[in-house]
Amino acid sequence: MLEATRLAWRALMANKLRAGLTMLGIIIGVGAVITLMSVGDGVQAYITDQFRSIGANLLIVFPGSVQDPMAGMASLISDKAALLTVGDAEALADRARVPDLVAVAPQLTRFGRVSVGRDETLTQVSGVTPEFMQVRTWYPVVGEFIGTQDMEGRSRVVVLGQTVVKDLFADNPYPLGETVKINNIAFRVVGVMEEKGGATAFSDQDDMVFVPLTTAQTRLFPSRTLAGERGVSTIMGQAVSDERIDAVKEQISTVLRERHDIAFRDEDDFSIISQAGLIDVFGQIMDVITIFLGSIAAVSLVVGGIGIMNIMLVSVTERTREIGLRKAVGARRRDILQQFLIEAVALAILGGVVGTGVGAAGAATVTYLIGEFEAKLSADAVLLATTVSALVGLASGLYPAWRAARLNPIDALRYE
Amino acid sequence: MEAPVIQIQDVTKVYHMGEVEVHALRGISLEVQPGEIMAIMGPSGSGKSTLMNVIGCLDQPTSGSYFMEGVDVGGLDDDQLADIRKRKIGFVFQTFNLLARTNAFENVTLPLIYAGVPRAERHTRARAALGAVGLAGRMAHQPTELSGGEQQRVAIARALINNPSIILADEPTGNLDSKSGAEVMALLLRLNRQQGITVVLVSHDPNIARSTSRIVHLSDGQVSGEEIVPQPVEVGE
Repeated sequence: MLEATRLAWRALMANKLRAGLTMLGIIIGVGAVITLMSVGDGVQAYITDQFRSIGANLLIVFPGSVQDPMAGMASLISDKAALLTVGDAEALADRARVPDLVAVAPQLTRFGRVSVGRDETLTQVSGVTPEFMQVRTWYPVVGEFIGTQDMEGRSRVVVLGQTVVKDLFADNPYPLGETVKINNIAFRVVGVMEEKGGATAFSDQDDMVFVPLTTAQTRLFPSRTLAGERGVSTIMGQAVSDERIDAVKEQISTVLRERHDIAFRDEDDFSIISQAGLIDVFGQIMDVITIFLGSIAAVSLVVGGIGIMNIMLVSVTERTREIGLRKAVGARRRDILQQFLIEAVALAILGGVVGTGVGAAGAATVTYLIGEFEAKLSADAVLLATTVSALVGLASGLYPAWRAARLNPIDALRYE
Repeated sequence: MEAPVIQIQDVTKVYHMGEVEVHALRGISLEVQPGEIMAIMGPSGSGKSTLMNVIGCLDQPTSGSYFMEGVDVGGLDDDQLADIRKRKIGFVFQTFNLLARTNAFENVTLPLIYAGVPRAERHTRARAALGAVGLAGRMAHQPTELSGGEQQRVAIARALINNPSIILADEPTGNLDSKSGAEVMALLLRLNRQQGITVVLVSHDPNIARSTSRIVHLSDGQVSGEEIVPQPVEVGE
């Protein structure tokens, strides 16, 4: 075995250019797979991180069936009549009925035009209650948040997110007391939220303004449910601890099913999503994307395998006399088979190792270019790529090696 | 008395070339005793090569029996034949058949690799074998750095290295000038005389053949005559 490996190495070294070109197929294939898997893992880790920053004890209740959480989230941006109401939020805040929920924050969020003079930005306008601060553990860096009086008075006060401040008040990071217009209604700035971070293509938590929930419901986005109640788009809740998340979900579900008059057999008309649930959903989506891209990259591995088979067949023909001689001096079929198989596998593994390097460089380049997340080279990906390339080498070396092993020594020795 | 190294009885070999049947050997019987040096002569197409292939266990006869040192070689499969070649037979070819880009030491030790001999022992044996053919100083030389005669001597060292029962040399001097040819032939004769190695060689050069002690003439797949050479021609080394 050791001898055969030495032999394979020498055979490859004897024809470096050819070996290099043959490996190129595997190098590109493995490199592409590794880069894509690393970027996929990086994006997933990044998004997971983003969700984690929301808070581990956080639960979000969306309108819509639990079977289809994404559709429920779609109601965040659509103007479809909200199925959750202030009444629901109040019921959930009742410690007697939902003992494991320490804080409840209903939220009515719509896109709105926020402007100062001629500058205008389209951002998320969220009507919230004072509990929002505690539930999201997110506080103003200057000024104050929406207070109880603001709620009762339906005040036209607004707390700005950092991105909105940058968009509208380029020279003034703390524009307290300034007036902004939301959908052409004037609001006074009473606070600026601390930076939450995480500007991505997916979401920018700082691109948001907060107004009292009551103001949003009456002045900005007036709408009522069929029963005449004021709607909210989501209800966030903070569980007493992350171990109690499942119990809280159960309690919320019981209360809301009762309030929504849902028959025993029917599905929920709302969904409860926890941080863990969100991470799961996005993880699944990312997995599908990664696997899809990975399989496209894997095609080039197959092409690389064909390249190896091709060159091995040529090599067997070229070395017919050598094979004949080896057989004459006592090599068995198995010895010849092994020699050529190892050569093919060595080509593939070498390609796999170089390809891993190329993939790592690719991942590093993506990380450098995008900068938002780190495309990590996972041990899994390296192991997978190396194993797969070894298997590709084995598969593509098998037929040429078998041809070599089966050569008749007499004919082989006579071969010109 | 020791069993003959080679004992062939009524061996035939028939090839099928498409529709045509080629009778390469038509009933050959032959014995070679230990320590003998023997030449096979005959025109081309007489079956010399086929006979050598059968003797060398590279090919199986169509019918007839073949005992090598008393062991029945008939009916062995490919791997068992490879095993016999590995342990009992050393080949010397007309075209040397040394591996390119491989130095003399590694060419000589090739049979030992398949015999599973450890590296350290391979080294001592290669030194001894190359010493026996007068090339002790050329271990690290590639075939392209050696003359034709030297290449053939490396090939002989390779044939010797497993201490075979017999060396089969197919036109060993065919590709050499007369001087190197004589040297190679002298080497074979010396190995036979000094180490008692059995040698069967094929040649169409009467001078080469006459330097052995026995000549078997083949024609048309049959033994057409056999002569004992009473006074073998001396070839200078």
